[in-house]
Formats: sequence, C-alpha cells, structure tokens
Amino acid sequence: MDVAEQVASGLAATGEVDGSQFLTFLLAGEEYGVDILRVQEIKGWNAVTPIPNTPEYIRGVINLRGTIVPIVDLRRRFGLEPMEYGPMTVVIVLKVMREGKSRVMGIVVDAVSDVYNVQDESLKPAPDFGSVVNVDFVQGLATVDETMVIILDIDHLLNSGELAVMDNAIEHE
Amino acid sequence: MSIDMEQFKATFIEESLEGLDIMEAVLLEMQPGLADAEEVDNIFRAAHSIKGGSATFGFSDISNFTHVVETLLDQIRAGEREVTQEAINLFLSSVDCIRDMLAGAQEGFEINLEQVAEVKAGLDRMLGSTPEAAVPAEAETETPDSMSAASGWKIVFKPFPDMLRSGNDVVRLFRELADMGEMIPKANLEGLPALVDMEPEEACLSWEVSLNGSIDREQIDEVFEWVDGDCELSITPLGDEKALEDMPAESVTTEAEINPTPVQAAPVAQERRSDNDRRQGDRRKKRSSSENSSIRVGIDKVDALINLVGELVITQSMLGQLGEDFSMDKVERLKDGLAELERNTRELQENVMSIRMMPISFAFNRFPRMVHDLCGKLEKKIELKMSGEQTELDKTVMEKIGDPLVHLVRNAVDHGIETPEKRLAAGKSETGTVHLNAYHQGGNILIEISDDGAGLNRERILAKAIERGLANSDDNLSDAEIFDFLFQPGFSTADVVSDVSGRGVGMDVVKRNITALGGAIDVESRPGNGSTFTIRLPLTLAILDGQLIRVGEQTFIIPLVSIIESLQVEPVRVNAIAGSAELYKLRDDYLPVIRLYETFGLKPDSLNLEDGLLVVVEGHGQQAGLLVDDLLAQQQVVIKSLETNFKKVGGISGATILGDGTVALIVDIDGIIQLSQNGSYKRASNAAA
Repeated sequence: MDVAEQVASGLAATGEVDGSQFLTFLLAGEEYGVDILRVQEIKGWNAVTPIPNTPEYIRGVINLRGTIVPIVDLRRRFGLEPMEYGPMTVVIVLKVMREGKSRVMGIVVDAVSDVYNVQDESLKPAPDFGSVVNVDFVQGLATVDETMVIILDIDHLLNSGELAVMDNAIEHE
Repeated sequence: MSIDMEQFKATFIEESLEGLDIMEAVLLEMQPGLADAEEVDNIFRAAHSIKGGSATFGFSDISNFTHVVETLLDQIRAGEREVTQEAINLFLSSVDCIRDMLAGAQEGFEINLEQVAEVKAGLDRMLGSTPEAAVPAEAETETPDSMSAASGWKIVFKPFPDMLRSGNDVVRLFRELADMGEMIPKANLEGLPALVDMEPEEACLSWEVSLNGSIDREQIDEVFEWVDGDCELSITPLGDEKALEDMPAESVTTEAEINPTPVQAAPVAQERRSDNDRRQGDRRKKRSSSENSSIRVGIDKVDALINLVGELVITQSMLGQLGEDFSMDKVERLKDGLAELERNTRELQENVMSIRMMPISFAFNRFPRMVHDLCGKLEKKIELKMSGEQTELDKTVMEKIGDPLVHLVRNAVDHGIETPEKRLAAGKSETGTVHLNAYHQGGNILIEISDDGAGLNRERILAKAIERGLANSDDNLSDAEIFDFLFQPGFSTADVVSDVSGRGVGMDVVKRNITALGGAIDVESRPGNGSTFTIRLPLTLAILDGQLIRVGEQTFIIPLVSIIESLQVEPVRVNAIAGSAELYKLRDDYLPVIRLYETFGLKPDSLNLEDGLLVVVEGHGQQAGLLVDDLLAQQQVVIKSLETNFKKVGGISGATILGDGTVALIVDIDGIIQLSQNGSYKRASNAAA
C-alpha cells in the first residue's frame, strides 16, 4: 500500500506528461471523475450497518475484509433526489488522504462509467457560482468527447461537513 | 560503514537504556559500606559498554561522562574506595544524566547541560578526593605509564582469521593509531595465501607497529578494545627496542600493503550499502512516526506461531484437495477438516494475542527507584515488595496503567506510610512496607497496591465530603461509599500540599483512566493497618465478552462486564417523572430507563415497555436500564475501531464483525448514559458532575 502511495504522490508531484487517469461514474445524469489511483475497488451494493446519530448521507459501515469502512451516499451528500438502490448501484471504495493519514471510505453512485486519460492542462477550473453552489470539492472540469466530466477533489469532499470531525476525535483520545 | 551506523545506533541506544536499567536496579539494592563484588561488576560492565558504544557512535559527551563514572566504579571494584551513600546517590543521578543524554542523542535535541555538568563536577570531586586505600595502587600503575609515554610503543597485532566478520575494520584501528603520533606499521605477509585460495572475508595479514610519541598505554588499549579476544595482541614499551625503527625502507612498501584488507571487504560492504540506501529512507520515516512502538517477543512465542501457521497451511491444503473432487461420502472428512481449521484459527488467535502480552514488571520496574527517591525526600523508611511481576498483560493496557500506578504508589508512600517516629510510637517497625502485587483472575488482571501505614481516615474523608456537599452528615454511609469520595475530582484530605501529592488531582484521573480501560478500582482500609487499592483490568483491549442484543433490525453488542442483570419489564414498576423521564423500580432502587431505539433513532418491534427486555447496566458511576427488543447470544468479539476510517460516534465504542460477515456496533455504556442525560431528561446530578 505504501508503494502505491508513493507512486501516487510521485505522479502528482512530477505532474506526469501523460496527464492523469480518472475513473468516471454517473450520478443523476452527470458524469463525475475521481483520480484512479485513489480507487481501491469497485463493488456492488450490499446491506450496511447504519450508525446512529449520523447524517442521512452516511449510510453506515460495511466489513471490507476485516476493516470497518463507512459508506457515503453521494446523491444525498449533494442534496440530490435519493434513488432506490438497484443492480447497477455501485460502491466505489476510495482512499482519502488527510494530513498525511489515509482512510478508506466508500461512495454510493448510480453506475460506473469509464476510465479517461485527461491532460493536466485541459483541466479547467470550475466557475465560481458564489454562494449559490458550493464548488469547493470540484477539482476541475474536463471535456471528453464533447461531454463535461466533473473531476472531484475527494480529499476535500470526504473530509468536509460531518466527516471532518474525525481528527478532533482522535486528538481527544 | 557510516550508513550502517544509523541502524546500529538505535540498537546501541536501546541496549544502553537496558544497561542503565540494570545499573539503577543494582544501585538501589546496594548498601553503603558493603560492596558486593558481583554487584559492582554488573554496574561496571553496563557503564563500560555504554562508554565503548557511545565512543564508537561519536557521542563524545556521553563517553566522556561515562568514563568518569567508570573510573570511579573501577576504584570501587578494586577495593580502593568505599561505597558510600553519597556515591550511590551520585551514581543514580549519573544514570539519569546518561539517560537524558541518550534521549538527546536519539531525538537530536539539546539536553540540559547544566545538570550534566553539575553531576560531572560531583563525580570529579569524588574522584579528586584521594581514596584512602588508593594511593599506593595508583602510584604503581602510573610509573610505567609516565615512563613509556615519552618513548613510544611497539604493537604486535595478529588478527584471528574471523576477526573481520565481527565487523571490525583494521583500517579504522590504524587510522586511530596514526592520529596519536608517528606510526610506522610493518605488515607481515607470511600468512597470505595464493589469490585463488583467498577467503575474502578472512584476515590473513598481521602487523608490527611502532608508535612514537607520548601516548598513554590506556589510549592504545582503547583502540584495540573492540578486537580484544579476536586477535593476538602484544603492546610493549618501545624504549629498548629502538632497533626496530631502523627499517623505514620496508615500512614504505608495507604502508600500501595495509590496504588489501579493506579492498577485499569492499564488494560486500558496497552491496550492503546499496541495499541499505534503499531501505534507509522509509526506515527513518517509520521510526519518527512510531517511536518506541516495538516490542520484544520471546523466540518461543514466534516459534509457536510459525508452528501454527504451518499447521494452518496443511489444513488448508487438505481442505483444498477435498474440494477438488468432492462427493457426499467425503462429508465426514470435510467436517473433520473444518474442525481442524477452527482449532488452528483459535490457537493462532490466542498466540497472536500473547505476542502483545508483556510481563507487568515493565510497569513495576520504575517503582524501586521512585520509592527510593521519595524516601529520601520525605525522610521515611520504606521497603518496596513486589510479587507477580511475571503476570502478563496487553502492551496497550500496560502503557495506560503506568501513570495511575505511579499516582497510587506515590500516595501510598506519601500519605499511607507514616514517619519513622510515628510508626515507632504506634508500636510498628520503623520501616514501612509498600507491596505491589499482580495476578490473574478469570479474564482479568488484578493489581494490588497495599501499604502497612495508618490507613485511610474515614472520619476525615467523610468530613471533607460533607464540607464539599457530596454527602449529608446524617447519611449512613458504608466504608466503601465513603472511600469512593476519594475518586471525586479535586478531593484531597491532605492538610499540607507537598510536591509529591496532596493537590487532589490524581485520584479522579486514576479512576477515569482505569474505567477507560474497562477496569475498576476498589479500596480497602483498616485504621492503623494500612490500605489496599485493587485495580481490576481486562487482559486485553482487543477482545471483549459481549452480549448480543437486538433493537429493531439491528444487532448491537453490550460489554458483558457492564451488565448486572436482565429482566422482563413489569409495567407497574415503571414511573414517569414529568411524563418523559422513566424510572424503573428495581428492588430498592429507581433506575432511569433508556430506550435504545430512541437514543439510536431506530424502529423497534414495539413501543411498549413490557414487550421488550430491560438490561440493567452500570457505567459512569450509576446504573441504568436499557430497553432492548431481544437478547441474542453471548460471544467473544474482536473490537474494531470505527475511528480508523470514520470518527467517534456518541454512544458507540467500536464495531465488530459477526459470524455472517456483517458489522455490529458495540454500545458504549458510559456514553449512552451521558447521551440520554443530555437528551431526553436532564438530571439534577448534572450539577454535581
């Protein structure tokens, strides 16, 4: 795992000429992308154990080969209309970095779409919507075959709001 | 070579710290005036290897300091100096200094040089004051030294073939010699075999070295200290052998000859170096992030593990074969195999757990010194007895129990044991006893700290409790209840606040730490006969005996230790204050009822109290009844942290994985009681807390 980390950070630091690869998924008709090096695995939706007194978008925790992994419903996280989980519903297990520590989380999406190569320079910053829409967790916008792909900054997305308190909790230990 | 040092440095520091522990332990047992030869030897040996090691790694301040200590010890060893209490104390503070300096060397921070200088000055003073018996002996040894220092030395150095294998480097030795004065080496090539027969790692050369200049014999000995026993070595004063020096012509050729040895060894070293370079980076990183987080495991434990894994592999391959062409007639064998697998797994789990187990002596070891120091400070005479040091408990538990134990032992010494005068007046022996004891009982470890002092003053505690409004004067309280006030924050009965204890911080922290570990603390005390604090701790934090319960569709786990009893609800016994705060009358007590489905926001089978079961639990110093839908099995569960990938959740202490692979949450009893107090009903007791 350490090696993967080093490779990932190494690639990010050197800004490899080939650009980065992104795994994209669908969510309410839009295509979103995440850095493929952060993807640990993709699995079907299975029942989760809900955690009391947490927001609706944290669906609960699953057992991923002995580790307890929280699952976040991205539709609910974005405030979209929740969808019935079906056979196409997928959980993408991601590695989220935060101050040098990594943790594993799963996100529930409608379906997995494709893997794209995106040149770093063709990544455009998201326009500022002011206070109307919070685009903090958007790393940039990429255009692939005339369609827009929203590249997510998962470290930011999955460390914000209710999920951010983690570090404080550890400090109190 | 220089790169390898990093790795050895850590080992050196670790070993030196162990050496210091030995020194400390021996010093504490030492009686003034009675120097047991073996004891002194032990200390001397430890000091000697610290000195040698620190010189090798370039910690000159440590080696200089230790050298003074060593010289003093040497005099004691030779019977030239009496062991005085002053000397023992001085050695003890030297141990502290060396420890500080080692810590400084390890972390690379500046240490308090003032204190070091002070202790060193003390050592020097003692060294300077001529020991009574030492005069003739020292004069004797000094005579040859001063004589030879003028002329020089002849050194015949014949390494044994395997000297280089122990990591010694001839070039380094010669370099050090060359630093001292004019060196004329002469290599003896006699032993050199033909190139085809040559073992690259064997030393086959020997040397004769003339060293000119005023050099102490001691200095030369120091250079060869590390090869002692790996070579033939003779060092003679040069005086009458000046003739040897008349071979400068030969020595020119031999100077170059010295080099073959390192060249031979070079390829090996090179290989090691490149290998190390790669590892170096992440090793450093690791060390900084997980300082001190290594444990020493007995080789027998590791062997047992390897054995078990071997068995596991055999079972696995047996099952694998069975699966290849399975038919119903083989079902018996399959069952056998699975039973075997279960046994293997269980044993493996037990063995892995035992790796984390360490004898409690690791926590006990610091107390002899502490009690010794406190005795000096408080002018008391106390004997510290320890038993059950080999009792094992989990490393994490041990780390967390260290501080509470220190508090308790301090209290026993400071408040428990009386001054010698008072003890004599009370008809007791002058020397008090503090006894530390540890033993296993069921799945728990019990640690007892007892003293034969005055015991707890029941009246004073009660008076203090009343003064602080914790009790009423007309309350009829049992001893246990009264002693329990000791664990209230800020509660101290000491009239005088000393720098040892008495500020009233401490006991509540002790209790909190122990409760956080899932343990409990009890006090027993008999006036005039002393008191006993008993700490009960779970053996490990990784496994818990749990009661599985069901609320709606969810399964939760309640730690079995927290459960007092479970019962069916009789509606007549339920009362509600102000319509919401429900109380259940259990015998003479009223228990607050916590409806788990409410606290956890779940949908229960039924909203009626009488359809569910009440699990009476104790936590946060009080009892409560948890309303659940059903009681399921009792089983041992492996605790998994929720915080690794998520965060702490109120009322939940962790999670575990059940037999069917699903996750179940473990209820945090303290947390849930607090949660319900903040939520559905506010109790007046909040003000008191």
